[in-house]
Amino acid sequence: MQPLSRTALTGLTLGLGCTFAAPVLAAEPATMDVTVAIPRLKVAEYHRPYVAIWVEKAGASAKTVAVWYDHDMKNNEGTKWLRDVRQWWRASGRSLRFPANGITGATRAPGTHKISFSRAQLGAMAPGQYTLVVEAAREVGGRELLRIPFVWPGKSGAGARAAGKTELGTVSISFR
Amino acid sequence: MKKQFLGFAVVAAAAILTASPASAHRQWLLPSSTVLSGDDVWVTVDAAVSNDLFYFEHQPLRLNSMKAWAPDGSEAPIENASTGRYRSTFDVHLTQKGTWRIASVSDGVMGTYDLGGKTERLPRGTTTANLAERLPAGATNVKTAESNNRNEIFVTVGEPTTTLFKPTGKGIELAPVTHPNDLFAGEAATFQFLLDGKPAAGLPVTVIPGGIRYRDQLGQIDLTTDAAGKVEVTWPEAGLYWLNVTTPRAAREEGEAAPAAPQRRASYVTTLEVMAP
Repeated sequence: MQPLSRTALTGLTLGLGCTFAAPVLAAEPATMDVTVAIPRLKVAEYHRPYVAIWVEKAGASAKTVAVWYDHDMKNNEGTKWLRDVRQWWRASGRSLRFPANGITGATRAPGTHKISFSRAQLGAMAPGQYTLVVEAAREVGGRELLRIPFVWPGKSGAGARAAGKTELGTVSISFR
Repeated sequence: MKKQFLGFAVVAAAAILTASPASAHRQWLLPSSTVLSGDDVWVTVDAAVSNDLFYFEHQPLRLNSMKAWAPDGSEAPIENASTGRYRSTFDVHLTQKGTWRIASVSDGVMGTYDLGGKTERLPRGTTTANLAERLPAGATNVKTAESNNRNEIFVTVGEPTTTLFKPTGKGIELAPVTHPNDLFAGEAATFQFLLDGKPAAGLPVTVIPGGIRYRDQLGQIDLTTDAAGKVEVTWPEAGLYWLNVTTPRAAREEGEAAPAAPQRRASYVTTLEVMAP
């Protein structure tokens, strides 16, 4: 099957590039793709939401993999509202320094956004149960949080999703 | 000369904070009480501009044009006024029985003109009174629109009165059908809104319960005034509510440009306290 062999190849090449490459030829996914949909809202005053994405594992501290906020305002003013992403702020945000290398990004427009994380970025070194958490908080708007449990190592092609109702659309993950 | 300039700077700064509530967070007045009894009665009012209602977390509301009126229509002093980093605060000594009004009203003129082949904007702080002197000689194609912003609250000592509700005829004003200091959870209240003294149909009315910081959804109630300028609100629960009425503006999506020509704008903000039955 064409897709399978391609996935296997990708898994291998990426795997070799990382130190944790297992000495097996079986395709072990090295990357998690995440899509985050930000809904289009008809409101009088719209601001793009602040979005934080992090990974939780029982017994380990949360690891932020992305935070989209107004990172380019003068005097770092955009950091004032980071605490409104309140679960993330408690779990991880408050221990970070901003702009945080490798995880800071600009706020994103309504639409579907795809981002990919390596196993190292996710902090998912040990096999086991993890949860990807996505939280969005919009200025003068609402807030929503979605959780997607996953197992590492994931299976190529395997995925999961969660559907938001207000500030987030569908969030999905898959492995390759 | 210098003093005059300073005065202008202060007014301009105030205008920045009060000119466009819909596009710059939410401004609000928060009285210590709205329903009062007793003989030596005071009310303390917090005034701020913020995202969360009613938490002072962004900017103070400037008090330059804050005024209070007693039930008999006379103006009463604003006392112990102070403006801090995040909020302003002041007291009003409620020396008469009845309903008092505490309000910050700002009227301005927005617009553009052509000069030397370029289109320029009227500076902030322009009013109908100073428009003529603000316009440079030779300005052509002058397009202006008035803006009137009213942020007010009512507090009542003893029995509610309505002597203060005579409209001035400028901007958006509240004509109580239900008295704004006689609100209870579970009951419906009707308010009439006037634009320039006349009942205004089709005005968007936004009602948001306070306490936003501790919940995920705004719980916003969106209403539109009917042909008689009226809306009916049934209060879901006791508490403080922020009510905002504006001249209609098309809801804009991300990236859509604002309309080019200046448009007549008026806004009205009040804070209502709904009692538990």
